[in-house]
Amino acid sequence: MGKRNTVQHQPNPHESTHSLKGTFIAVMLLGVFILVSWFGFYALFLSR
Amino acid sequence: MHLHKYEKIWLVFGMASLVLFLLIIGFAAFWKGTHPQSHIETIDPQNVEAHDAFKPENLGIREVADGKYIVNIVASAFNYDFGKDTEGNAIKTIRVPKGSTVLYQITTKDVVHGFQVAGTNVNMMVEPGHISRYEAVMKNVGEFTIVCNEYCGIGHHQMYGTVEVYE
Amino acid sequence: MTKVQLPLSKKESRLYMAFMWVTYISLLIGGLMGLLQTLVRSGKYTLPFNIDYYTILTVHGVILGLVLTTFFIIGFQFSLMGKTVGISDKQLKVAWLSFWVMLIGTIMAAVTILVGEASVLYTFYAPLRAHPAFYIGLALVIIGSWIAAFVNFRQLYVWKKAHKGEKSPLPAFMVIINMLMWFIATIGVATSVLVLFIPWSLGYAETINVLLSRTLFWYFGHPLVYFWLLPAYMAWYVVIPKIIGGKLFSDALARMAFILLLMFSIPVGFHHQLTEPGIDPTWKFIQVVLTFMVVIPSLMTAFSIFATFETTGRRKGFKSLFGWFKKLPWKDVRFLAPFIGMAAFIPGGAGGIVNASHQMNALVHNTIWITGHFHLTAATTVILTFFGITYWLVPHLTGRRLTPRLNKLGIIQTFIWTFGMTIMSGSMHIQGLLGGPRRSSFSEYAGGEQVATWINYQIAQAVGGTILFIGILLMVYIFIQLTFFAPRGVQEYPIAVEEDDAEPTPKILENWYLWIGITIALILFAYTIPVIDILKHSPPGSLPFDWPIGR
Ligand code: HEM
Ligand SMILES: [Cu+2]
Ligand SMILES: [Cu+2]
Repeated sequence: MGKRNTVQHQPNPHESTHSLKGTFIAVMLLGVFILVSWFGFYALFLSR
Repeated sequence: MHLHKYEKIWLVFGMASLVLFLLIIGFAAFWKGTHPQSHIETIDPQNVEAHDAFKPENLGIREVADGKYIVNIVASAFNYDFGKDTEGNAIKTIRVPKGSTVLYQITTKDVVHGFQVAGTNVNMMVEPGHISRYEAVMKNVGEFTIVCNEYCGIGHHQMYGTVEVYE
Repeated sequence: MTKVQLPLSKKESRLYMAFMWVTYISLLIGGLMGLLQTLVRSGKYTLPFNIDYYTILTVHGVILGLVLTTFFIIGFQFSLMGKTVGISDKQLKVAWLSFWVMLIGTIMAAVTILVGEASVLYTFYAPLRAHPAFYIGLALVIIGSWIAAFVNFRQLYVWKKAHKGEKSPLPAFMVIINMLMWFIATIGVATSVLVLFIPWSLGYAETINVLLSRTLFWYFGHPLVYFWLLPAYMAWYVVIPKIIGGKLFSDALARMAFILLLMFSIPVGFHHQLTEPGIDPTWKFIQVVLTFMVVIPSLMTAFSIFATFETTGRRKGFKSLFGWFKKLPWKDVRFLAPFIGMAAFIPGGAGGIVNASHQMNALVHNTIWITGHFHLTAATTVILTFFGITYWLVPHLTGRRLTPRLNKLGIIQTFIWTFGMTIMSGSMHIQGLLGGPRRSSFSEYAGGEQVATWINYQIAQAVGGTILFIGILLMVYIFIQLTFFAPRGVQEYPIAVEEDDAEPTPKILENWYLWIGITIALILFAYTIPVIDILKHSPPGSLPFDWPIGR
């Protein structure tokens, strides 16, 4: 539970795009999950 | 307010997905007519027999054209009235051939009920003073349990029937 | 943003703890009911003393859905306000008044339910009629919460006057948004209870307009679930970054997300009424579109959370694409519990979009899928985040510390909850898709294959429910430890600050008139015509029914 290191000041994250690559991939995977599941349930709905 | 480039792409992608969903269901609803049930037809809950469809002799299933059926039902705590068979016993099972088009018409004499033919898209709220209607093509063969899926009192789980779709 | 945190006085802490006490007593009672429900539904157990299934289901829904949530939220939000803008002695007195009014209302409603006079479930749909004390109790809970809301508004107002030109602290801003939403939304249910239900239950009005009462209820019912979610978002936006050793991702975007949540949480109630007769389908569809709008702030939140994780990790020197993810403080329960909550919101949110998809709602409406859905969103996303808050808030208030042992128990608790809920909610989702109804005691219906399959899933739910109940016992134990027995010390109240060089937050985000104005305009747009329709085409009203609920 101890305090984590206080961080050094570094370039503003808003400026450098590459540092949010992981975030971008993660949210896009989330988006794909939403799309795939929605179409899956829609197919089930149509089949009934 | 500054949006990161990736966040812009993400939000555009996300919103485009939502728009796509809305276009699909909107097209199906407004052009194909597959809205969820909504009929602004009202009825006196204390006198449902005044409506032709809910006269005791008109309850249950009736073939109105080739492959087209109407099922009239009166719900009350804790029973679905599908009319009586020739021997005077209460009907509990509705039988239709596969592929038939069935219009379910139901109302309630007392409290709110549900009407779901489990495993199909027939799933409606049934409210006092309103007539619930839904037309469905019974595409799949099988025995489907009709359940009351809105709480109506202590016997709620004993309110059921069956739809049998045969080849 | 002011970087100083105000100390919480002993007097204040007592108030916030009072709310926590009601929360955890509710959890225990409600959780026991939940366990009993799953056992009854397995078909292998019957309740003793002729207790009715629907009585315990009403207790469960009211105590967990309405009482636990409201008390925790108001208590937690008071503490956020106390931390960031402060509370005066007079405000504190009024805050206590809100607590007592809510508590008296809760006790009134609870007793009425327990003696079997109000087995109407937490939605109390007319024309089932409960004893008037039930409705009066609920009205008091709402009125008490309004008092709390007005104290919060006053707190920010006073702070603003003393800090001319400064932007309000982010946590306070978020609290005000949530309480504004709550106030605007509860006007609907309060109208329904005060104008329709109470006179009718007392016999002064002969009949009730069923569809109107339902429409007023759901005008409140959807914002209700957002009222639960927003405090979880508060923790995700301002607490979690601090716990993982980072800073706010963006003050302005967090405010923007909350404003969107305020605007689009309310004009969407028809998505709970999609399969009802009596409402024009075009207006249903319009509210479906508005419902989809409320997804957008959640998309923003998802990005913001990942970005906080990644930025913080990269600061610490993790270069690889997902290295930052591995190094999150997994062993810190203050992080782990809310994190699982976030993860549960992925299937929960995706399921929510399915539920709201107009005609597709028929696939799931009133099936046990819905119950599975809100045990993911409310009973996992929200509740695990609330547990995550409890681990530091309670010791902070009682002057104690979260010890490594309690931290470990918390981690075990989180795993138990996750495991039990995966089983219970998972089997509810599947059974629901197979058509199994919700709000139903054990029944074999007409028998047959379909019903036999449902019952198998109900047995799985009993297994999951039992595991969950063990989780509840453990959580209550941890709560008692943190309240009375943990060693004395100082537990940090984690609130993240902005980057030193963060962009200034646009002033317009605090233009309350503008946002409230748009919110009201949207509500009027979404509801005026359909409500006039409902009134114009209303059928003869409904007489009250007592016998179906065993009165
Ligand atoms: C031990 C943990 C829990 C178990 C075993 C459990 C179990 C259940 C079950 C089986 C039902 C559905 C019963 C039915 O539809 O017939 C139910 C309904 C419900 N649960 Fe839970 N639950 C638990 C925790 C929670 C929590 C923490 C919350 C709130 C945040 C919650 C809120 C609700 C609500 C609002 C309902 C709906 C009641 C209604 O439909 O009238 N549950 N629960
Ligand atoms: Cu029922
Ligand atoms: Cu909703």
